[in-house]
Amino acid sequence: MKSSKGDLIFTICNYTFLTFVFVITLYPFLNVLAISLNDATDTVRGGITIFPREFTLDNYITIFEYDNLITGFVNSTLRTVIGTILGVISSAMVAFTLSRADFKGRKFVSTTLVLTLYFSGGLIPGYMLMRDLHLVGTFWVYILPGMVNAFNIIIVRSFMDGLPYALQESAKMDGANDFSIFWRIILPLCTPVLATIALFIAVGQWNSWFDTYLYNGSNPSLTTLQYELMKILQNTSISSTDPNAYRGTEGIEAAKNVSPESIKMAISVVTIIPILIVYPFLQRFFVQGMTLGAVKS
Amino acid sequence: MEIAKKKAHTYKPIKNKKSFWGSLIHQRYLYFMSMPFVIWVFVFNYLPLWGWTMAFQNYRPGKSMGEQEWVGLQHFIMLFQDERFYLVLRNTLAMSLMGLILGFTVPIVFAILLNEVRKKAFKSTLQTITYLPHFVSWVVVAGIVTKVLSIDGGVVNQVLTATGLVDEPIQFMTKGGLFWIIVTLADLWKEMGWNSIIFLAAMAGIDPQLYEAAKVDGAGRLRQIWHITLPGIRPTILVVLILSIGNLISIGFEKQFLLGNSTIVDYSEVLDLYALNYGIGLGRFSYGTAIGIFNSLVSIILLFLANGIFKRFTNQSVM
Repeated sequence: MKSSKGDLIFTICNYTFLTFVFVITLYPFLNVLAISLNDATDTVRGGITIFPREFTLDNYITIFEYDNLITGFVNSTLRTVIGTILGVISSAMVAFTLSRADFKGRKFVSTTLVLTLYFSGGLIPGYMLMRDLHLVGTFWVYILPGMVNAFNIIIVRSFMDGLPYALQESAKMDGANDFSIFWRIILPLCTPVLATIALFIAVGQWNSWFDTYLYNGSNPSLTTLQYELMKILQNTSISSTDPNAYRGTEGIEAAKNVSPESIKMAISVVTIIPILIVYPFLQRFFVQGMTLGAVKS
Repeated sequence: MEIAKKKAHTYKPIKNKKSFWGSLIHQRYLYFMSMPFVIWVFVFNYLPLWGWTMAFQNYRPGKSMGEQEWVGLQHFIMLFQDERFYLVLRNTLAMSLMGLILGFTVPIVFAILLNEVRKKAFKSTLQTITYLPHFVSWVVVAGIVTKVLSIDGGVVNQVLTATGLVDEPIQFMTKGGLFWIIVTLADLWKEMGWNSIIFLAAMAGIDPQLYEAAKVDGAGRLRQIWHITLPGIRPTILVVLILSIGNLISIGFEKQFLLGNSTIVDYSEVLDLYALNYGIGLGRFSYGTAIGIFNSLVSIILLFLANGIFKRFTNQSVM
């Protein structure tokens, strides 16, 4: 089958356009990386594209001397690890009970959960609740409010619906109770979908800054990496031509040859790297998970 | 949902004729495994709704419910008399509609174009690269956007001046009129690839024989897209439209918060931010709650409106 002239034009346009998409998606990341690895005074001269001109690690050395960032890094890691473990286990447990057609409370549990997808109390009532529960100013305000998430439960549940029920029945014959069926038989079979929601939860935890801003903004010991980056960003957002607009890391800036611009880029890279590390391993899982979840819901 | 239910029926074991209390004991593990989380959801998702009562009081922290002064709709009347409120409402509606229209159509187009790529390596590389921004936080993305659009060394201005399209670099982040477009495009940059996943999956399910037959009949690429690919992913398009309309409820304020600045606040402030500034920033909890309630109402109205239009065109309801 020879392709017509029209098809050829289409193919050329298509490749050109997609290459353009490729470039505009990738370029900003490489640019950030290049600036973070470039000498700060040299960066001010402009013109850094995707390769550093005067290679240095000073920017990175500097940010790791900044106490708030170390605390932020530790807290971000802790909330990601704890939040993900608790979130995955709880979602899997609820999803298991919902996948059991014989469960008498199924309808009640499922309705209660699904409704949460359609409404929210809003910012202020949410804040008041956290205050009344004495969660403001604690680490747990990062973990507890979002731990049970209806969307994740739906994804896991639709995966479990696809597992043969005979597995559970034979285990029951052997006298296993529902919890051990869940723990020993169902959970190991659900690895792909659990990896998917683990990725969703972990990325959400790692990337969130607003809860820190709202609940723990005045509490440096509970700061997170994204929140520290946000503070630096907000101080330089209007115009990077005015270095005096920048506050926050003045102390170390004076001591070292760095600029807010370079620091910003270095922190950005530090926050992206953990995601880049897990991303390739999980890509095939999340594509499956996304498709499953959307088709079923 | 329908499929799941039908399947479920065949799984139903024989011995489920027990009384409620009988099942409570018999299925105690299932109750142990779900009830704590139902209570959890009740506390963190349902209890805040009780807080809506604050909007009808002159709420003072530290007093009990009985001691609060009830003022009826006073805060709502104040809200509707505030000129700023209309500005904020305009911004909210504009950005959520732009986001819905582009955020829904562009991923479909992108998926179709990607699906036409025959070079496997190019296709999978492009997928990997375009999914990535979804996982990067808005804080970092806002930093990237500000950097890309800045006047000193921002690549957009470099390209514009180098090609002679403009003489002076444009201060993008201080032009209020551009803010809505910047937010919408930034969102597109971040989520386009990710949102195309589901369409690509649907396209993979289309029978290749259909394309073969169309080729024999002399249909070109564009006609194949129009007559085979698009009808093939129609159900998926509808499902995604449902989800996007549902997302109108959570207009979001993260991007506006991070990308906005004091010079263009008249274009960047959305209802949630307005509620945040008044409610928590100034400690006017009741007023802030009233704004929040109004925000929810707008979202629900939008949802019903969209559903109505959708129904008229397709005879199907999304809700």
